[in-house]
Amino acid sequence: MISKLIGIMLLSSLINNVVLSQFLGLCPFLGVSKKIKTASGMGGAVIFVITLASAVASLIYKFVLVPFNITYLQTIVFILVIAALVQFVEMFLKKAVPSLYQALGVYLPLITTNCAVLGVALTNVQKDFGFVESVCNGFATAAGFAFAIVILAGLRERMEYNDIPESFRGMPIVLLTGGLMAIAFCGFGVLK
Amino acid sequence: MNFAGERLYNGIIKENPTFVLMLGMCPTMAVTTSGINAIGMGLSTTAVLVLSNLVISLLRKVIPDKVRIPAFIVIIASFVTIVQMLMQAYVPDIYAALGIYIPLIVVNCIILGRAEAWAYSNGPLSSFFDGLGMGLGFTAGITCIGLVRELIGAGELFSHRVMPAAYEGAAIFVMAPGAFFVLAFLVALMNKLKVSKKNSGCGMDCAECGGCDK
Repeated sequence: MISKLIGIMLLSSLINNVVLSQFLGLCPFLGVSKKIKTASGMGGAVIFVITLASAVASLIYKFVLVPFNITYLQTIVFILVIAALVQFVEMFLKKAVPSLYQALGVYLPLITTNCAVLGVALTNVQKDFGFVESVCNGFATAAGFAFAIVILAGLRERMEYNDIPESFRGMPIVLLTGGLMAIAFCGFGVLK
Repeated sequence: MNFAGERLYNGIIKENPTFVLMLGMCPTMAVTTSGINAIGMGLSTTAVLVLSNLVISLLRKVIPDKVRIPAFIVIIASFVTIVQMLMQAYVPDIYAALGIYIPLIVVNCIILGRAEAWAYSNGPLSSFFDGLGMGLGFTAGITCIGLVRELIGAGELFSHRVMPAAYEGAAIFVMAPGAFFVLAFLVALMNKLKVSKKNSGCGMDCAECGGCDK
């Protein structure tokens, strides 16, 4: 059981990295990676929400969708659950843990539109993961996202004053950096 | 039917979602491993976009302003589910190749963007053509990227061999890093075209322009 969970976590955090090989959550990956500080804030918020969302989605799938035989509604149900969850988490943190809310604040609403959240919930169902496996998979996927976005932010901070050809400034150079990171992450494939 | 042509032109050329607005990057990079996958993704997105635009525009006086985003999402998700089931039944090969990216059309920002920016404030017919234009623009954009990756990566176009037999595909272009590289160069090319237009001294102000003497 434990070795299976470790396998799942390695697979979804490093080998099939959510951004660099699945292309989920590209918008925040490219958009919020200018500074290490904001990138790690975003990474933290994503870890928090995805772990929670995979837990809730897996419970709803098991105890509502399957017994009532309405699994074909999974896309609609999951997106609504995620949107509601993000709202709820935001309100709860604001009241209960203001310091965490201060740290994650801006990034929470942005996460609703992060396709990685819905992607993980759907993958969990597709692969027939149980509750514990879903939570582990969600956590590992999000950790992979945080890992990638912090590395990219570090690289971008270093590149800030580089002399880049005019037409490559902005998005193209970030995409090229992402491509090189993706090549590096291909190396984790040998872990399989 | 003048406005229909205007909407189509706007979606396909002027505000092309892939190259000009840079929306919907996740499917753009994920499913463009070959031309045929890109067309499949583009057309299913177009179908969802046209139908959701039409329905949202018909319901725009009924949906209260405060809950419009959740309402949009429910409408979009319903159409995505319908398209997903139809594809599973009639084109199982493409369905299997696109996998999880079909249900993820729900979170494609082009669709929610058009619902908010056009369908919610315009009539059904013009929203229909807006959806069609944007959808075809998206299809054209990702098909271009798909064909470039397929040509360099495998030497094929739509699975037909076009390169000489001696050409060995650079497999990296079909793998994940290739998506980043192709997109980076396409965006750089777009920037280059914009930059050279600016440097030629043409301020796009034809009335003041004394003719091109540079």
